[in-house]
Amino acid sequence: MDTNGMDRRQFIKASVAATAAATAGVEGILAARQAPAFAQGTALGMLRWNDFVPASDELLKKTIIPEAEKALGAKITLETVNANDIQPRVTAAVQSKSGPDMIMTLNNWPQLYEESVVDVSDVAEELGKKQGGIYEQSRAVAQSGKKWLAVPWAIVGLTIAYRKSLFEEVGYSKFPETWEQYRDAGKKLKAKGFPIGQTLGHTFGDAPAFSYPYLWSWGGKEVEKDGKKVVLSSKETLESVKFMVGFWKDAHDEGGLAWDDSNNNRAFLSGTICASLNGASIYIESLRKPDQYKTAKGAQMRTDIAHAALPKGPAGQFAFHVPFSHMVMGYSKNQKAAKELLRYLGSKEVFDRWFVSQKGFAVGPTRDWEKHALWKEDAVMLPFKDAARLGRAPGYAGPAGKKAAEVLTKYIITDMYAKAVQGMSAEDAVKWAHGEIQKIYG
Amino acid sequence: MTPRPDASARRAIRGASGSAAGLEAVLPRPGAARPALLGRLLEDERSLAYLLLTPTIVLLALFIAYPFVLGVWLSVSSATVGVAGHFVGLKNFDKAWNDSIFRTAAFNTFLYTGVTTVFKLALGIWLAVLLNRHFRGKRLIRAFVLLPFIIPTVLSTFAWKWMYDPTFSVINWGLWKLDLITTRVNWLGDPYLSLISVMIVNVWRGVPFFAISLLAGLQTISPELHEAAAIDGANAWQRFWRVTWPLLLPVTMVVVLFSVIQTFADFQLVYVLTGGGPANATHLFATYAYQIGVGTGLLSEGAAISLAMFPVLFLVVVLQLWYIRRVETR
Repeated sequence: MDTNGMDRRQFIKASVAATAAATAGVEGILAARQAPAFAQGTALGMLRWNDFVPASDELLKKTIIPEAEKALGAKITLETVNANDIQPRVTAAVQSKSGPDMIMTLNNWPQLYEESVVDVSDVAEELGKKQGGIYEQSRAVAQSGKKWLAVPWAIVGLTIAYRKSLFEEVGYSKFPETWEQYRDAGKKLKAKGFPIGQTLGHTFGDAPAFSYPYLWSWGGKEVEKDGKKVVLSSKETLESVKFMVGFWKDAHDEGGLAWDDSNNNRAFLSGTICASLNGASIYIESLRKPDQYKTAKGAQMRTDIAHAALPKGPAGQFAFHVPFSHMVMGYSKNQKAAKELLRYLGSKEVFDRWFVSQKGFAVGPTRDWEKHALWKEDAVMLPFKDAARLGRAPGYAGPAGKKAAEVLTKYIITDMYAKAVQGMSAEDAVKWAHGEIQKIYG
Repeated sequence: MTPRPDASARRAIRGASGSAAGLEAVLPRPGAARPALLGRLLEDERSLAYLLLTPTIVLLALFIAYPFVLGVWLSVSSATVGVAGHFVGLKNFDKAWNDSIFRTAAFNTFLYTGVTTVFKLALGIWLAVLLNRHFRGKRLIRAFVLLPFIIPTVLSTFAWKWMYDPTFSVINWGLWKLDLITTRVNWLGDPYLSLISVMIVNVWRGVPFFAISLLAGLQTISPELHEAAAIDGANAWQRFWRVTWPLLLPVTMVVVLFSVIQTFADFQLVYVLTGGGPANATHLFATYAYQIGVGTGLLSEGAAISLAMFPVLFLVVVLQLWYIRRVETR
């Protein structure tokens, strides 16, 4: 008998494959060499950002997703949009209870949609177990208590891209290790016409990625571990703001107050700044067009770029990278298939190809990816290898939950520094920021 | 069986005064009798009016009334993205009122609307008067004037963003070449200058709307009135102030009304140019409502911030409509 194009023998085969998939995950699928039997015509929609590395999007669309369709027996539609457009799409999808089955998120966005996503603990825990443990920052942004709201995908590491020759000229053959040294180097280089380029504007990436770890490195924090007591107003925070005022004036490009996440790339590649906190995109772009970007002396810019972690402060050295995760939406009618796809994409065999296409721009969500052979290819990218270890999530020392997300999206920490460098007294800037955070945490 | 003409058809036959065409048009055809109720409804002027109004009412209810009511409900609830929430009274408004960023956004919105409207009006009238004169290439110039209004706002705003770029600003380059500045002007980074920079873009974009609308108004003013005033000895300014301006006032009020509403609820310019920064110096009601409602997922608080615009806009509309009505019935 042949019903809906599937006879009994095929049905049994498919059932075995599905059971294998359910019990053994991707290995099961691969071992069975047969797609799991999702309902016929299962269609999955996935929404992701337009990757800063276009080759990775191409790889996904042209190779990985078609392979996943065959492996899982589902039709998969991948849509990519600008990072800034993801949140409006999530809001519209959740409110209308229709849209993509899986949505990529940045930072701690999963916390905002806790009630609208499926528990993906099984997939995330399995990923961590098999790949050497998930980084703390990825865990903090995607987990609520013990429940995983999203499956960690990758971390875009942010380090300081700097001009080796310029720092050598002012006596720093090795990148400054402390804020004092960085300020000293920046002051000397600003006098030569090469200030440090840093945004303190309302940007989702570079501005908080600088202001948060800067605060932590001085010992400042938003809230205590209980997630209730706001402790921003402290001696440490005040010191950090006071230092920033002088640091900004002495060493920074003052146009940085208006920069978005791409201004520093343009400024660096055109040779007007000496250093900037960024992903690896500056260096990757210089590799793509080696003859277009040159130093004042005519050398290819790529030969003069190096990367380093943000300097240490009195309380240590930290980073706030951009973690990415995938949520399975609660309204999805294909939640099981969606989870299976995330399991498939996150598997070592499949993720490896995507990881290689990133050339180090994004690192894996787990420690195993630090051991990848990719890191031996280009020494300039090496600082990204284990950069994620320094990562902390917004809301520290409390949880990276909804309140922390509100503080982040209101740019309160960034604006505290921005207000001070614009002329508000350090005391008033801290008082303002503490008051705003207090209102959020209640 | 041939159906008998109903009452309305008989009235129509009488009204057609024996015209063959009229009979053809109104006589019911065999086998095509419409239900008596529908026929009566269509014949009755009152019910026909309601019937014709129905599509408009449905559209207004669906796309204006429902979102508005939903917005009001959200603003008095604790709804977040994906959570329906419950009634919390005026708590969200209270929170907004005690929020320093909201106050900054409110102040900015009033300042932004007031200053830009004055400039748009002044420049619009000036441009309209110039375009109302006869000169070679008049039509071409009129078409060009509309360009800022025609280009999609996001595109033109991106162009302005590049012109204001802290490092590569073409405006700075021009001013520097003309020896007017010695250091870079931080158009979007300075807390005061950033709002002015945003205002400049708004004025640039809004002037064509004023100019073309006022030009249409100017063209309805009879030249004989100007000639009569000139014969009576009025100079150019007096002719403008005593003849043109009073006659242009009703059009001006309508244009200002539209402009105030659009400017007060402006979003795109600020979102693209500054995202509300630096340090909230350029946030407006709409951008802050978006940041809270969508960026933070607090739909109820976003709705409350958004609704804070409503009483002001409502008052503006009522005052201006009242004024226009007064002018018209004078």
